[in-house]
Amino acid sequence: MSVPDRVSTTTVGDDLRIGAAVPPAPADEAKPVSGLRETLYFAVRNKKLIFGLGVTLSMLAIAIVGPYIARHPPLDYGGQLSVPPTTRDGYWLGTTLLGQDVFAQFVTGLRMAFVVGAIGGGIAAIIGMVVGFTAGYRGGIVDELLNMVTNVVLVIPTFALLLVIAAYLQVRGIMTEAIFIGLTSWPWAARAVRAQTFSLTSRDFVSLARLSGSSSRQIIFREIAPNMSSYLFMMFILLFGGAILIAATLDFIGLGPSNTISLGMMMQLSVQNAALQLHLWWWFLPPGLAIMAIVGSLYVMNVGLDEVFNPRLRSM
Amino acid sequence: MSVLVELDGCTKVYRIGSFGSKRLTAVRDVAFGLDAGEVVSLIGESGSGKSTIGRLILRLSPLTAGSIRFMGEDVSTFKGRSLREYHRHAQGVFQDPFSSYNPIYKADRVFKLIKDTYFPAVGAREWAHKVGDALDAVSLDPAQVLHRYPHQLSGGQLQRLLVARALLLDIDFLVADEIISMLDASTRIDVLNLLGDLKARGLGILFITHDLSLGNYISDRTVILRRGVIVEMGETEKVFGDPRHAYTRMLLAAVPQLRHKWSADGDGRTVAAALEGDGIGSALVEIERGHLVRLEEGA
Amino acid sequence: MSLAVDDLQVYYRTLRGDVRAVDGVTFDIADGEIMGLAGESGCGKSSLGNSLVYLTGRMKYVGGTVDLDGTKLPIWDFEAMNEHRFRHISVIPQYAMSALNPTRKIGAMTADLVGSRGVPYKHVAGEFIRRLELVGLSKDVLGMYPIELSGGMKQRAVMVVSTLLDPSLLIADEITSALDVSTQKAVAEMLVEFRDRGFVKSMVVITHDISILYQVADTILVMYAGHLVEKAPADVIIGAPSHPYTRLLISSLPEVGVRYTERRLHGIPGTPPPLLAPPEGCRFRDRCPLASAKCVKRPPFRELEPGHHVACWEVGG
Repeated sequence: MSVPDRVSTTTVGDDLRIGAAVPPAPADEAKPVSGLRETLYFAVRNKKLIFGLGVTLSMLAIAIVGPYIARHPPLDYGGQLSVPPTTRDGYWLGTTLLGQDVFAQFVTGLRMAFVVGAIGGGIAAIIGMVVGFTAGYRGGIVDELLNMVTNVVLVIPTFALLLVIAAYLQVRGIMTEAIFIGLTSWPWAARAVRAQTFSLTSRDFVSLARLSGSSSRQIIFREIAPNMSSYLFMMFILLFGGAILIAATLDFIGLGPSNTISLGMMMQLSVQNAALQLHLWWWFLPPGLAIMAIVGSLYVMNVGLDEVFNPRLRSM
Repeated sequence: MSVLVELDGCTKVYRIGSFGSKRLTAVRDVAFGLDAGEVVSLIGESGSGKSTIGRLILRLSPLTAGSIRFMGEDVSTFKGRSLREYHRHAQGVFQDPFSSYNPIYKADRVFKLIKDTYFPAVGAREWAHKVGDALDAVSLDPAQVLHRYPHQLSGGQLQRLLVARALLLDIDFLVADEIISMLDASTRIDVLNLLGDLKARGLGILFITHDLSLGNYISDRTVILRRGVIVEMGETEKVFGDPRHAYTRMLLAAVPQLRHKWSADGDGRTVAAALEGDGIGSALVEIERGHLVRLEEGA
Repeated sequence: MSLAVDDLQVYYRTLRGDVRAVDGVTFDIADGEIMGLAGESGCGKSSLGNSLVYLTGRMKYVGGTVDLDGTKLPIWDFEAMNEHRFRHISVIPQYAMSALNPTRKIGAMTADLVGSRGVPYKHVAGEFIRRLELVGLSKDVLGMYPIELSGGMKQRAVMVVSTLLDPSLLIADEITSALDVSTQKAVAEMLVEFRDRGFVKSMVVITHDISILYQVADTILVMYAGHLVEKAPADVIIGAPSHPYTRLLISSLPEVGVRYTERRLHGIPGTPPPLLAPPEGCRFRDRCPLASAKCVKRPPFRELEPGHHVACWEVGG
C-alpha cells in the first residue's frame, strides 16, 4: 500500500488569493413575497375555493338569520295540511302532511347541521390531533398502543353501538348526537396527523429544538403543528362536512335527536309519510338539496384549498 | 489535556417490527475518548452507526448499554434539568442545513430558543451584543444573516449560523455530523477551517464523516467504524499512513484522489470476503502506542 | 464528431421570470470521449445534461443547436426526440435508484422499455443477461423487485438497462453521489468499462465531485452560473488550470495527504449570482481576484491550445 505523497500540492490557486480584495456583498435577491400574502394571492384567484366558500357562507347566513324570521315554531302543528309553498301566513316553503311549517323546520335543521358539524367535527379533530401528535412524536410503545386503540375504534360498528345507545337514552339531544359522531370519527384524522408528525419529527430542526432545551409540548405546538397548519385546517373542514353527512344519515334512519328537528329528520319524516307518492316535493327537496349543497361545497372548498396550499398543484 | 468525553462499551439496539419483536444492533461495544482541543474523526460508510454515536453522545437517543462520561460524569441517565445543563456544554450541528431550520420561522429563531431556555433574564441589548460576538466568531455579517428566512440564506451561511448558536452557549464539545457534505466544494473548506479555529480555542470536536479526505484534513485522531463496530483507531497520520485493518485499506484504496489514479490492484472482492465477519469474537488490540486495530479471533 | 453543441440556451419558467440556467453553451465531444461536467450546485450542469435528452415541464428551449453524429437533435420537440432517446442518446438520471418502479420486476420493466422503442425483448434478452453478469449481477435480478436490491445493485442495473441499445451518447447525472466510497469506485470504473467495450461511444458524466472525474474522465468541462468556464483534459484541469474559478476551486479541495496543520486551504468567498437576473458579462467577476473593467463583456469560450478552451479575458492574451 503506497503512502500518498506528502509533498505540498501545487499551489494552483494560492497566488490568486494574495492581494485579492474582499468581494462586495452580493446584491439582495428580490424580496420574496411573504408566505401569508402569497397564500392569499392564490386564494382569491381559486375558483373552487371562492365557490365553495360562497355557498357555505350563504347557507350559514340562512342558518343564523332564518330561525329569527320564521313565523311559526318548527314543531308546531298549527297550519293547514300539505300546503305547497305560498306567501300566505309565512308558509314560504309550505307545510308538511301534519301541518308543520317546512320553512321553520328547514332553517332550524340548517342550524342543527352547522352545530353538529362544528361540535362533532371539532371533537373528532381534537381527539385525532392529540392521538396523532402523541403517537407520531413519541413513537415506540406509545405509538403501538395508540395505534391499537385507533384500530379498535375504527372497526367498532358505530351503527350497532348507536342502536344500543338509542335504546338506553329515551331523550337524545343534538349534543348527544354530535358527541357520538365526534367520538367515533376521529381515527382517520389521527392516522393522518400521525403520519405527518412522523415525517416532521425526523427533521433536524426537531433535534435542534431538543438540544435547545424545548419540552415535548413546546416542540409539538411550536415546531410541528404550525408546519402542518394548512393540513390541519383542511382536515377540520373534511371532518366538519363528514359529521354533517353522518348526522344526516343517522337522522334519516331514525337514530337522530328526539327533541328537535334536523334536515335528515325532515327527509325521514317525508319519506315515512309518503311525500314522494303524494308529490309533496317542498317537504323533501329543500333539505336534500341543502345537505348536498353544504357538504358538496365544503369538499369543493377543500380541493381548492389544497391547490392554494400546495404549489405543485397550481397550474402555472 | 483533560479528557472531555469518554465512551465505554456503548451499545445501541433498536427494536423493530411489531411490538419490537426484532432487534437491530446499530452500535456495538464502542469505546473511545476525546480531549479538549482535539478533533476526532468518526469515519464510516452508510449503516456504520456513526450518526447514531453522535446522537447517543448528545442524548438524543437513549443508550442501551455502556456509559458516556462527560468531564467525568455519566450523562447517559441525565434528564430534565441536568440534561439541559449538559447541553450548555455539549451541542451538535447536523448534515442538512435546510432541514435544521423550521422553514416557517426566520433563521435567527434558533438563537431565540437558546435565549429562552438558558438566558431568560438577559436584556435585549446585552443579548444583541452576545449574538454579535458569536456571529463574529464564525465570520458572518449580522446585517446579512439576521431577520432572514432560511431559504434566503446559503447552505454555508446556515451551517455557520448553527455553529454560532452553539457558541452562544460557551460549549466545550461539539458534534459535527457530516456538516459540510451538503455544501459546495468552495464553501466546504471555509467551514472546515472554522472548526480548526474553534479547536485552537480549546473546543473538543467529534467530526463525523464518510469522506476520508475531510477527516484527514482536520482531525488529530481517527476512528474507523464498520457496521457499528470500531475496526481501527489511532492518530490520523498513523491510521492513514499505515493502515492495518483490511477495511481501512479498502477505504483508502477506493477514495478518489486528485493526483493519483486508482491502483489497478486491490481486488475489491477478495477484500470483501476477508471482511465477512461481524466482529463478534474479535477484539481491539493495541498494536503500537495509540493505534488500535480489531483482529479476528486467532489472528 | 460525436456531439456538437452550439450556443445552447435553456431557461426555466418561473412566476418571477426566466431562470437562465444554460445560457449560451458551446462545446464538442469526440467519439469515445468521456467528458466530465463539473460545477457547484446551481451552475446548470444537470440542466445542460438533461436538456439534451428531455425537457421537463418547466424548462423551455430558447436557442442553439445540438448535433449528434451529424444529425440535428430536435430537443424542443418531445415527440420527435422519442426517435433518439434510448437508442442514440440515453440518460441515467439523478436518483435513478429510487426512480425504478417498485411494482415492476427488473426484467419486466426492461421488456417494457425496449418494447416501447420497437425492439422485441427477446432480441436483447441474451445480451442483457450477459451485461448484467459483467457488472456482477446474476440473472436472478431479472425476477426481482427493486426493493430486493441494494443501492449499488440498483445503480448497476440501471446502468445496464440505460445502455442496452448501445447509444452513441450516455449522460450520467450524479450517479455516484449517494453511494458508499467502495461502490462509488466500482460504478465509476464500470462507466469506463462500458466505453471500452463499445456499449457506449461517448459519455457526459455530471458530478460535483471533481476527484471522481480525475479518475475516470478524459476531459473535464467546468461550468459556472450557466456559462462554460474551462474545458481541458483531466490532468490539465487538475494540474494546470487556467481559468481563475477553476484554479480557486481546485486549490480548495482537501485530499488524503494534506493536513490542516501543514497547509491551510481556502474557499472562494461570496456566492454565485442569481440566475433570474444574471449580471452582464462574465458571471464570475464579482468573486474573481483578476476582474477588471473588460469583464463587463462576456468573454468568449476560446481555444487556448488544442483541446483546451477557456472563457476569460485575462488568460491567453
